[in-house]
Amino acid sequence: MTDAVYTPQLAGAKRSSAWSRGLAHFRYVMTSNPVTFLAFALLAGMIVIALFGPMLVPHDPLATISDKALKPPSAEHWFGTDQLGRDVFSRVIVATRLDLLISVSAVALSFFVGAAMGACAGYWGGWFDKLSGRLLDTIMAFPLFVLAMGIVAAAGNTIQNIVIATAIINLPFYARVARAEVSIRRHAGYVQAARLSGNSELRILIMKIMPNTLPPMMVQLSLNMGWAILNAAGLSFIGLGVRPPTAEWGIMVAEGANYIVSGEWWLALFPGAALMLAVFTFNLLGDSLRDLVDPQRRT
Amino acid sequence: MSTTLHNPPLLAVRDLCVEFATRKGTVNAVRSVNLQVAKGETLGIVGESGSGKSVTSYAVMRILDRAGRIAAGRIEFGGMRLHDADEPMMSDLRGREISMIFQNPRAALNPIRPVGKQIEDVLIRHAQATRDRAKEKAIEALAKVRIRDPEARYHAYPFELSGGMCQRVVIAIALACKPQLLIADEPTTGLDVTTQKAVMELVRELTRSEGMSTLLITHDLGLAGEYCDRIIVMEKGAVVEQQDTRGLFAAPAHPYTRRLIRSTPHAARNIRDLLPEDLRLPPLPPLQVGAEPLLEVKDLVREYAPPGGLLQRLRGRGDAQPFRAVDGISFSIARGESVGLVGESGCGKSTTSAMVMRLLDATSGSIRFKGRELTTVPSGRFAGSPLRRELQMVFQDPHESLNPRSTAAQSIADPLLRLEGMTDAAAIRDRVEALAAQVGLPLELLDRLPHQLSGGQKARVGIARAIATKPELLILDEPTAALDVSVQAVVLNLLADLKAEFGMSYLFVSHDLEVVRLLCDRVIVMRAGRIVEEGPSARVLSDPQAEYTRELLSAIPRPAHLAGHAAANRAVST
Repeated sequence: MTDAVYTPQLAGAKRSSAWSRGLAHFRYVMTSNPVTFLAFALLAGMIVIALFGPMLVPHDPLATISDKALKPPSAEHWFGTDQLGRDVFSRVIVATRLDLLISVSAVALSFFVGAAMGACAGYWGGWFDKLSGRLLDTIMAFPLFVLAMGIVAAAGNTIQNIVIATAIINLPFYARVARAEVSIRRHAGYVQAARLSGNSELRILIMKIMPNTLPPMMVQLSLNMGWAILNAAGLSFIGLGVRPPTAEWGIMVAEGANYIVSGEWWLALFPGAALMLAVFTFNLLGDSLRDLVDPQRRT
Repeated sequence: MSTTLHNPPLLAVRDLCVEFATRKGTVNAVRSVNLQVAKGETLGIVGESGSGKSVTSYAVMRILDRAGRIAAGRIEFGGMRLHDADEPMMSDLRGREISMIFQNPRAALNPIRPVGKQIEDVLIRHAQATRDRAKEKAIEALAKVRIRDPEARYHAYPFELSGGMCQRVVIAIALACKPQLLIADEPTTGLDVTTQKAVMELVRELTRSEGMSTLLITHDLGLAGEYCDRIIVMEKGAVVEQQDTRGLFAAPAHPYTRRLIRSTPHAARNIRDLLPEDLRLPPLPPLQVGAEPLLEVKDLVREYAPPGGLLQRLRGRGDAQPFRAVDGISFSIARGESVGLVGESGCGKSTTSAMVMRLLDATSGSIRFKGRELTTVPSGRFAGSPLRRELQMVFQDPHESLNPRSTAAQSIADPLLRLEGMTDAAAIRDRVEALAAQVGLPLELLDRLPHQLSGGQKARVGIARAIATKPELLILDEPTAALDVSVQAVVLNLLADLKAEFGMSYLFVSHDLEVVRLLCDRVIVMRAGRIVEEGPSARVLSDPQAEYTRELLSAIPRPAHLAGHAAANRAVST
């Protein structure tokens, strides 16, 4: 303890390596589990398609060619054409952006609102806890899809309202997880220590407790993501979502479903498969996201 | 050692190696351990955390977790080969021939099943009782571990019993089938000294009367010395010494054993005696106690509302007395003085320290610090008070008190940022590194997260954070309770040095009278929210006035051999 020699080189080297340690951890999580790697590869693929898909597609997704209607998959039209002669492949690719946009923004909205509500309820308790708890119970009391239908039907058939409806029905899940996770950490030793260090209550909640609730929230997030995509597609499927002729997986499945009986299976199958793949990806992602944000997984 | 060919040992472990597969490759947790337990013998395995003492016992029970495996060696129990026994055979043996008592009795019991039923389960599982006779036998077993009113306790759930009672139930379950070998893995860690004494004496008496062998695994050399016939000392997975108890204390052969005996507080004359002989620090400067009191606590009370909801209040049962965790205590601490606050769990010492620290509001009473009344500012708003930086605390559990997402440097920098208002990153880093050097934390550890640090290193981070703002009063809430004795020795010396350097006052909250004797000038003994005795620590420990203090002192395991060793130690050092 008398040895107070300051070693700048060592400290400097350590400081710059924080990034590389994060990267090393990412690499470890990726390589330790092939499923994790697959999930992230699929996600990366989906993001690339969402960003650049419209530039890459061979055909205009909205162009109708009436003499090419209902053609099966071929070299020119990989996924065939639909009843109006539009290229199904181009439409499936272009729809990725819209479907991801709806689900990501809906989930982000419910994540932030739900986390804030649940955290306040869990940390301070009292009347806010009781009030928000009963509000969430009320939301949960409805069949969630029917509630979303009702909201969209009442508020109007726009993308914004689909996002809000999806966010509202997902809200209770985040709020409950956040409330439980915050309330078990409320009296933790490091929270007391933060009080002694002069942190205000709000700062303790946001900077000390909330980051520690991330791992379970991340699992909830990715599971909900697949759900949100299904929900948005479901609303479109029953005619309460995105309107034709916009390319969207839900509408495409809905429109294609009429033709399955007469043997034109490709109209519904390919958008359905895309939907399935997206949901699958997000469900796989859950555990790997938790591993990434959990500091205990690092050595 | 004394076992011969004519008298084969009950348990024989030969060249046992246990490996764990981890992310960093294979870890050899136990390296070619040899040990034997004779019939009726009590063998102690002593070692610090990571010594492989628990893993050895898990290997004997064959309850290693999935990552672990017995890599080599033989385990024989009464002529049976346990190292390659199959699961059905082991599950038949466990509980019937070999039983185990775990560290945390509450965790070892099923929380949603009455304790009596849990005893019955074992009896029925091993065909020791039929269903209609099981209850009778279970009550008998409860009576045997001296639980008062066993018929009523039969229906109790674990949460309704105290820690000591739960451990008695666990012992009752372990001994229900009259096993030949009892493995006790830290059976009294986390229990109060008086409870520890009762539990250990019960185990000794029962195992003796049944002629059982016992394997006592503990980190407490004093406990092993008092209750074991023979002691094995383990370090880093290997056995370093194996002797009968008297011989071990009289003439420890291995340097590690000597170091371990040295760092046990019972033998030490002053705090420097705890450190290894080769680490000679200069003696502490004489104490300089200021005349005026730094902290004055008067008639401090903390009440908790009695349980009961709206319904009970409506029924007019609102007259139930509130529970008084702290019941009108008064004391003072002078500048530069260190005061020990001693008592068993539930005596109100932690509540007192939380109130002085302004983490908890007092129901009534006054706390004056440097002549200023603290209770006028509610605890929720004390973070903004200028006195916040003068009052700091080191927490009991070094792991739990560090944010799992903050590096050591971030944890230490937190008070600097919030209380000193420092903003320049380089200046903060310099201060953090200076503090780390002061508490002896290697600088390259500063960017590690808490789970990447050892217990002693985490304790240093907690101390560095607490002294970052140079507080005048530091409360130490059992700062070494979760640490190994050798680490405890170093941390206690560090605390004594820091106090001499900065002239801080300490309020040292502890259940361990021996540690308090070494670090504190004055001691306050608390029981049930009240102060039962107060005085200079040397006087209180050598000549206790209160009955309760005497009881506490006599419950500390203090083997006669160790006392002799201490005397010898004293003779040598003077």
